Amino acid sequence: MHQALVRLARTEPAVRRHLLACLVAAVLAGLAVLVQAELLSGVLSGALAITALVPLAAVVAARALLARLQGAAGGRTATALKSVLRHRLLARLGGLGPARLADRRSGELVTLAGRGLDALDAYITGYLPAVAVAAVVPVAVLVRLAVADLATAVIVLVTLPLIPVFGALVGRHTREVTEGQWRALSRLGGHFLDVVRGLPTLRAFGRAGHQVTVIREVADAHRSATMRTLRVAFLSSLVLELVASLSLALVAVPVGLRLLSGSLDLRTALLVLLLAPEAYIPLRAVGTRFHAAMEGVAAADEAFAVLEGDAEADRDAAPPRPAGIPDGPGVPAGVPEIRLEDVTVRYPGRAEPALDGVSLVIAPGERVALVGESGAGKSTLLHLLLGFVTPESGRVLAGGVDLATLDLDRWRRRLAFVPQRPHLFTATVADNIALGPDTGEERVRAAAAAAGAAEFVAELPQGYRTVVGERGADLSAGQRQRLALARAFCRPEADLLLLDEPTARLDGRSEAAVIAATGALAAGRTALIVAHRPAMIGLADRVVRVHAGRIVADRPATGAAPPDGGDGQAAPITSGGTR
Amino acid sequence: MTTPAETPAPPAAPGGGPARRPSGRPGGRRRLLAAAAAGAAAELAGLGLIGAAAWLITRAAEQPPLAALSVAIVGVRAFATTRGVFRYGERLAGHDVALRAQAGTREDLYRALAPAAPHGHRGADLLSRMVDDTDAVQDLLVRCLLPATAAAVTAVAAVTLAAFLLPAAALVLLAGLLVAGVLLPATTAGLARRWSARLAPARADLAARVADLVHGSADLAAYGAGEQALAAAAAADGQLAALERRRSRAGATALAAGTLAQGLTAAAVVLAAQTAGAGQVVTAVLALTALVAFEPVLPLAAAGERFAGVTAALRRLREVRATPPAVAAPARPVPMPGGPLAIEVRDLVVRHAPGRAPALDGVSLRLAPGRRVAVVGPSGAGKSTLLAALMRTVEIESGHILVNGVDVTAIAPEEVRARITGLTQDPYVFRASLRDNLRLAGPQAGEEDLAAAVRRARLSAWVAATGWEATLGEDGRTVSGGQLQRLALARALLYDPEVLLLDEPAESLDEPTADALLADLLDATHGRTTVLVTHRLRGLERVDEIVVLSGGRVAQRGTHQDLLAVPGYYRDLWEAEALTAR
Repeated sequence: MHQALVRLARTEPAVRRHLLACLVAAVLAGLAVLVQAELLSGVLSGALAITALVPLAAVVAARALLARLQGAAGGRTATALKSVLRHRLLARLGGLGPARLADRRSGELVTLAGRGLDALDAYITGYLPAVAVAAVVPVAVLVRLAVADLATAVIVLVTLPLIPVFGALVGRHTREVTEGQWRALSRLGGHFLDVVRGLPTLRAFGRAGHQVTVIREVADAHRSATMRTLRVAFLSSLVLELVASLSLALVAVPVGLRLLSGSLDLRTALLVLLLAPEAYIPLRAVGTRFHAAMEGVAAADEAFAVLEGDAEADRDAAPPRPAGIPDGPGVPAGVPEIRLEDVTVRYPGRAEPALDGVSLVIAPGERVALVGESGAGKSTLLHLLLGFVTPESGRVLAGGVDLATLDLDRWRRRLAFVPQRPHLFTATVADNIALGPDTGEERVRAAAAAAGAAEFVAELPQGYRTVVGERGADLSAGQRQRLALARAFCRPEADLLLLDEPTARLDGRSEAAVIAATGALAAGRTALIVAHRPAMIGLADRVVRVHAGRIVADRPATGAAPPDGGDGQAAPITSGGTR
Repeated sequence: MTTPAETPAPPAAPGGGPARRPSGRPGGRRRLLAAAAAGAAAELAGLGLIGAAAWLITRAAEQPPLAALSVAIVGVRAFATTRGVFRYGERLAGHDVALRAQAGTREDLYRALAPAAPHGHRGADLLSRMVDDTDAVQDLLVRCLLPATAAAVTAVAAVTLAAFLLPAAALVLLAGLLVAGVLLPATTAGLARRWSARLAPARADLAARVADLVHGSADLAAYGAGEQALAAAAAADGQLAALERRRSRAGATALAAGTLAQGLTAAAVVLAAQTAGAGQVVTAVLALTALVAFEPVLPLAAAGERFAGVTAALRRLREVRATPPAVAAPARPVPMPGGPLAIEVRDLVVRHAPGRAPALDGVSLRLAPGRRVAVVGPSGAGKSTLLAALMRTVEIESGHILVNGVDVTAIAPEEVRARITGLTQDPYVFRASLRDNLRLAGPQAGEEDLAAAVRRARLSAWVAATGWEATLGEDGRTVSGGQLQRLALARALLYDPEVLLLDEPAESLDEPTADALLADLLDATHGRTTVLVTHRLRGLERVDEIVVLSGGRVAQRGTHQDLLAVPGYYRDLWEAEALTAR
């Protein structure tokens, strides 16, 4: 039984109610079988009149009703539990913050919070009721048997524990081997997927045909290895099957002989025959549902690892995210000065700090290009100002106020951020540009025009109403980047512009358009731009080079400015900022 | 590993591909029959056990001589022992057959995918779903076909037995078994189909919302839209949950109907026997046989549910297999001409899908042996398509590509690709060692060849730090975009084709590395027939010809000096690059 999951089910009232209904219905349905056996043996032995078939039919109907109830309540329990877990997971992911999220395998998180939790269905609707039934029904059957015929009850009582005992014994012996085999099998699936995904590459080097043989050989090797294990693993089911059916033989034959001698009446004998198997069935049902249930347990483990494990990691790590103070002071109005004082940032699990004692002052209105090889700490610097990461030591001041004491939401409203790989949401183009709350359509259109996006948006099937990512609305990298820039333009009140390589992966012409738009956006604000490409560096009036978490050079961008502003495409760099 | 299918399936085509598959392989049919026989024998033993026990007890109550019971006693014991053994045999044989069938399906799928796909590369999700679909074959056998066979055999046996004892009871039993074994599974299959059609969009919606929350967390946090996105995800979850609840109610009703059918049939059999005046022994045997005959039949309702998903998965696989490859292989291919390769592209038109604008619209190009051509132009101009056409991974709509005067469409595509290839778009890192990842482009290559390829791709430092035996591709984080690009370049250099195609070899590299890499490449490819697609112009004065593509047409062509002398895309781009260079 999954402790954390059961605890969760207990504490959530909606889940608890449905789970209780499901389990009670399952147990009652199991007990109704006893009544059914009672009536049937009565009718068959002639002890009860044929009219007893009417209550018998009623019991059958009751069992069906209870089964229906159990299924429906089980479904409700499963969906309620999944919803609770999903909400907590998603809230937790939001709480982790972008920097911590980027550290994880985001694809796996998406799967886990999405369909990964569906593995819980089998656990909740199948395994838990089976366990409840197994805890109650065999005992009830044993008691009834003891009352009817002590000798039979003793036989059942002695053989019954053999099922869990043998199950556990054989299970323990084979489980590790079996699990290893199943893992190998899923690796085999992984290998196959790997080969299929890499087909274009294999094709380019004439290796596609060769892989057919490899796939077959790998599959054959795994099959024979798996079958060797299964031969042992299935012994457990052989033992369980043998115990159950031999016990029945052990009950039936002596009962027959005692009937012969007249020491037992037919009604009791039939009751014993009908009831004895019912003692074993619930235990075996638990066994058959075990494998599917384990998948659910694995999913639950994963979910709770994200929910709880990370809480510990949070405590261990140097306070990565105090999330600001909700009603903390605001930064004084006007474009603020940004000041980093000996800031060190370290990501959990990394020995090297991402930023190592960085001090930097950015005057209001200054445009600073951050350069340096990838991994040097440029993005971390932006994330620091966004409050995605917090310093291990040192302070970040905006307009003289420590960022750690700020209301982060209010602070972020004064920032405009274009990440390296902006995410476009499954929403309309307009919603993607507006992103935050309450933005009028006017402003969205103006922002799109300013970012050089208006033209291609107009050509989309439904213009601003086109849902991004759906068929026919595939946007190029340059177009996506310009939509992200439009997001920034949607915040004319922003004082600080943070751009992370806005022209990476753009061709020359798109780059020129983005640079022109960026130049316009930067006017009258402080801008911090991570740049690889010279054209982008040309926008800045100061270039800061970062290497291995330290600032290694900091100079005015005189050399980078083109002599005469070029053909005008390369943006208004010569205006000299607003210092 | 299996996942429930999410698209609606049309009515299952009888005798279609799936059932044929396992038996299509040597010994497959025999193994399948053995598994089915063992499964049926196990169920029959169960039926025999209860029937014999019921007979034994009721007959004993009439107090006959002991000898009259001895057969039943032996029967009870024999059935009890053999049942488990048969079950064991069934499970082993069934899994063996299923694993073989799955391996066969995967091989088939791979063969179908191995020729170039029609629409370029397929999405990663689609591919993983196809791989999941191959599990359906396993499910079809283990969860649907074998249980159904065992249930059918048991039902026939029980009805036959009942017919000998009391024909009226046999009719009642048959009716009950048909309801539970045919009507109910058909209903659950139909329900599953209907519900998966409704659930699939809700699931996709939720997945999209969750992906937005995770992948877009930086954007959401920066713009204060996190709450909004969380609410949208919660709403999607609510909708999905409501649908799932309704589905589970429908499923529970079907299962309850099975219980009802079993109990009522047993009661009706007793009633029929009593009305017909059958004796106690016959009535008891009939009633217990009826009850037990349902045991293998009732799970078929769940099998029906799975069957709907299985048929959908198998149909998708059949569609993949039926999709013709992007490039038709000639029926009677002529061999690739020998000697140094001279390539001529004449008025080439390529369209990625019917109805779409052509990706290449009348492009001509001459590649004499040893000549180097650079292709530049804005994204979407058709640069990569030109390389794909030369590699024969996209079909030529009109125009020709001639290799030493032979039309490439007359040559087997693999043969063309063996001599004209290189660095393609979107290279892939396999979950294998660095050495194996490189060696796939040269299985015979020695250590020195590998080291040379890595050196020329400017990857030596990374290889030294990572180690040749390090496994790549496990989580995609071990290899950055720039490293992947250079690894792919190293593969191309190791393969060393006669005509080298290079698609943006300096992509996702930082400026100085990109410049140095291109300079190296231009040194290394001196005298080698090369087509270089690039968006960086530095160094292009060293190639023999530069072709500027725009909208699938040749906008400009000539040497670096020629193109600089005239106004146009090339000069604009060159000036922009020079202007912003440090």
